[in-house]
Amino acid sequence: MKAVVALLGLDSHWRGAVVVARALRDAGAEVVYLGNQFPAALAAMALQEDARLLAVSSLSGSHGTLVPELMRLLHERGGGGIRVVVGGAIPPADVPALRAAGVSDVFPPGRPLDDLLGLVRGLLAEERVRQ
Amino acid sequence: MDAGERIEAERARWARAHLARPPAPEALPCGIPVEPLYTPRDVEGDYLERLGFPGEYPFTRGVYPTMYRGRPWTIRQYAGFGAAEESNRRYRYLLEHGQTGLSVALDLPTQCGYDSDDPMAEAEVGRVGVAIDTLRDMEILLDGLPLDRVSTSFTINGTAAILLAMYVAVAEAQGVPPARIAGTIQNDILKEYVARGTWIFPVEPSLRLIADTIEFCAERLPRFNPISIAGAHFRDAGGTAIQEAAYTLGDAFAYVETVRARGIEVDRFAPQLSFFFYTYTDVFEEVAKYRAMRRLWARAMRERFGARRPESLMFRFGNVCGGHSLTREEPLNNITRVTLGALASVLGGTQSMFTAAWDEAYAIPTEESARTALRIQQILLHEAGAGRTIDPLAGSYYVEALTDRMEQAIEAELRRVDAQGGMVRAVESGWVQREIHREAYRQERERQAGARVVVGVNRFRDEGAAPPVALHRADPALAARQVARLAEVRRARDGTRAAAALAALREAAAGKANLMPLLLDAVRAYASVGEIASVLREVWGVFREPAVV
Repeated sequence: MKAVVALLGLDSHWRGAVVVARALRDAGAEVVYLGNQFPAALAAMALQEDARLLAVSSLSGSHGTLVPELMRLLHERGGGGIRVVVGGAIPPADVPALRAAGVSDVFPPGRPLDDLLGLVRGLLAEERVRQ
Repeated sequence: MDAGERIEAERARWARAHLARPPAPEALPCGIPVEPLYTPRDVEGDYLERLGFPGEYPFTRGVYPTMYRGRPWTIRQYAGFGAAEESNRRYRYLLEHGQTGLSVALDLPTQCGYDSDDPMAEAEVGRVGVAIDTLRDMEILLDGLPLDRVSTSFTINGTAAILLAMYVAVAEAQGVPPARIAGTIQNDILKEYVARGTWIFPVEPSLRLIADTIEFCAERLPRFNPISIAGAHFRDAGGTAIQEAAYTLGDAFAYVETVRARGIEVDRFAPQLSFFFYTYTDVFEEVAKYRAMRRLWARAMRERFGARRPESLMFRFGNVCGGHSLTREEPLNNITRVTLGALASVLGGTQSMFTAAWDEAYAIPTEESARTALRIQQILLHEAGAGRTIDPLAGSYYVEALTDRMEQAIEAELRRVDAQGGMVRAVESGWVQREIHREAYRQERERQAGARVVVGVNRFRDEGAAPPVALHRADPALAARQVARLAEVRRARDGTRAAAALAALREAAAGKANLMPLLLDAVRAYASVGEIASVLREVWGVFREPAVV
């Protein structure tokens, strides 16, 4: 199960993304950490990597624009099956819009890592069934 | 039996009499073990040698002879958002409410060298700071602010030299003589590669640009700090207090060596080097960190670099309280956390401080949360009497013992950096990045497991708590306004003059001359941050991140 982890746009607070990357790896996922990425390149790389999970982080407030754009590009290019999760400084009022754009889950600071790892374990199990 | 041995014997007797078994071991967050009790036996060395007097070597007790009795620390709240007008209003508001220094937050495109109309600036214009494209924005930003009396700090790194040029141009236009222009640019690129991410150019030309600014300030701006060597970002990225201190000193040594390699004597520029750190809530760890760093810096500057002027040995630092020590859960508790950090900073001898707002984990602060954050420092100064006497924790058996342990631990970590070939090599190879990643992940697992208690998050959690209602909202029309202004500036400027300044800069960047005069010409011709950074990218290329995750 391949997971892609990236920081969205120019925001470079990588602490959360690096912790998530390491936790996903420990949980058994194959992790590709891409650092800072904009939607177009990120969508292309997620497809190229055949990712099942795409975890993106933003602490600068750019999620409102860049996440919907990322979701649109993924859908257009046949990546609609990729589960996308968003972490970072996301005001609660913004969560419904992200969900509506197709984001699977949102992980603000303080949300237990186990919630994310539960999703990962599910994807890992699906993968075993498919194989 | 001498006095020390008598204390030791009595301590052993006391433990036998009162402690059925020793209390469970405890340690600081950075790993230094902490005893349940300290006595005079734990304080080593000679008072005059280890502590001395404030304003004198080894500066353990403070960099200035009178500390806050002479002048309180500078209250310098990090602020900036939207376009220059909005930020200018926020600065006036903070000054009216008793702030004593300015601290400018720039948006990410400005920090990364892109104009507001660049595709790379999408969704980021004016978000985490103010958008500055040209000198026109800086003029509006500083309009009516008393630059002859107030010092200004800019959290800017990759494009620091450009922003410095703009600040000098505006201050001079306001009639402030260069000798009175006071402020700081962060300008610390090494930690950007590791922990903050707003790097642009490769290591070597970046160090050259920094040396250019240091040399320029040494010659022209005696009251300006051309660099604020920052450990804060190592810390907030997950490093311990020991790593924060050691990697910062490692970076500082690298900068000193870079400037000295130009044949500039250390005492000509060292007095203008300054530092910047995070202070979290573990009060004694923080106090010990700052006291130990003052001693380490003074000794290194004297013994390793041969500095002679007392000002060269002074470890002057600013600090921020907040960041990762704050929580999104029950966010009003962050006021308590920041207050503890602020107290620790004052007890640790800070020169200037930013106390973050309680809603930092959600958004940039509202006017009200920004005012409440400012009030923390005023209450500390005027109600709590925190600045009344110099280095008030000196002589505490605990604090002196911790200061010694902290000093040893920082030195040990610095030896690990030296074993990597020094900070520049350790950054280029990704060693420092991996060290901090490992620690960040370790801390997160401790937090998830509940081994490191965070109140309201992994203990005493209130699932029913509602999130805050009034948060700062970004202005959706801002980016378009900023792009329009940039277009207007480009239309109105003397295009030939701007092009000539950029051409001259391109030529000089390929050579060895100090670029500051050329940057001043370029910004005065209203060349933009993005245009200037593009020219330098063309000549120097960009930094390529080592694979570290």
